[in-house]
Amino acid sequence: MADQPLLTADDVHLSFGETRALQGASLHVYGGEVLALMGPSGSGKSTLLHCLAGILTPESGSIRYGDRDMATMSDSDRSTLRRGEFGFVFQFGQLVPELTCQENVALPLRLAGAGRREAHRQAASWLDRLEVPDVAAKRPGQVSGGQGQRVAVARALVTRPKVIFADEPTGALDSLNGELVMKLFIAAAKETGAAVVLVTHEPRVAAYSDREAVVRDGRVREQEPAR
Amino acid sequence: MSVSFALLGLLESGPRHGYDLKRSYDEAFGRDRALHYGQVYSTMARLLKNGLVEVESEPGDGPDRKRYAITDAGITDVAEWISRPEQPEPYLQSTLYTKVVLALMTGRDATEVLDTQRAEHLRLMRALTKRKNDGDLADELICDHALFHLEADLRWLELTAARLDRLAAQVRP
Repeated sequence: MADQPLLTADDVHLSFGETRALQGASLHVYGGEVLALMGPSGSGKSTLLHCLAGILTPESGSIRYGDRDMATMSDSDRSTLRRGEFGFVFQFGQLVPELTCQENVALPLRLAGAGRREAHRQAASWLDRLEVPDVAAKRPGQVSGGQGQRVAVARALVTRPKVIFADEPTGALDSLNGELVMKLFIAAAKETGAAVVLVTHEPRVAAYSDREAVVRDGRVREQEPAR
Repeated sequence: MSVSFALLGLLESGPRHGYDLKRSYDEAFGRDRALHYGQVYSTMARLLKNGLVEVESEPGDGPDRKRYAITDAGITDVAEWISRPEQPEPYLQSTLYTKVVLALMTGRDATEVLDTQRAEHLRLMRALTKRKNDGDLADELICDHALFHLEADLRWLELTAARLDRLAAQVRP
């Protein structure tokens, strides 16, 4: 694990109307680590994840990716960063229903300018890696929840991002499917060297992490980096 | 207690020497703690005395000349043991609860107590998760059992952390 954090949140504040979601949250994410963000619902863990990913902008405090301050980046630089360096896995609703699973996985590569044939070849290989080669030609509505999440993981990994943000990735699955998704997800992320920021309220999912940070009342209690 | 029933149950598939019995037990149940030969023979002696096994001797000396066979009474005992539910253990007044209440009563940091414990629980859960993913189905089932229990503890730690203010108001003099 590198000594310099890949991502840093420093004294981040953010409110939604009267609700103060983050009240001085600070956090470090190191390259290649799996970090679980835990905490009660409403504690601000998802908000923090969205700030780290550059989807939400803090009112005060800073988010740095390497040595770049995300607040001073242009919108287009931020979306280039999100497309190129970040991957996302959410609880549900993230696959394009009109496309086949293989097309869904190929999509980020196509958006980055890859040719159709090459994008589809890589997509097929990732579906293989996630042990769902059979769903390639099916649409998301035709596959099970667990299969769909594995397709979503493949889509997040296909661009070989530096960081994957996962918000309750197994939240809609039963234990057995959740475990399988986590096992394949984390093994594949470790293989590509991607860091994973994992928001979860399930301890058994958090047990796939290298370390955890607990979010309470908009602040973070961070455990020492696992060495 | 469960060791003697397990040994007895293993005999249901046919008579065995003490050595075979130990090996079968270790393979199926002894992942963390293999049985000592002494424990096998002392258990067999007790089961023999209670009429739950009988001995088929072979010519020669030594304990390994003895083959143990389960009796009808033994089979009945195993069946009864398997079908009887285990006493659930709710740990109602746990050490952790005592620590948290004492911390609050004495003005110490109870959140710290809970956070230190949750880190320790999660550390063990990580180790078990790794072992389960590197192992076979038996490892998976054994580790899952431990993981679900630890998870329940961890949920309690979380809920208690969220209710510390109320608990403090009740227990502080």
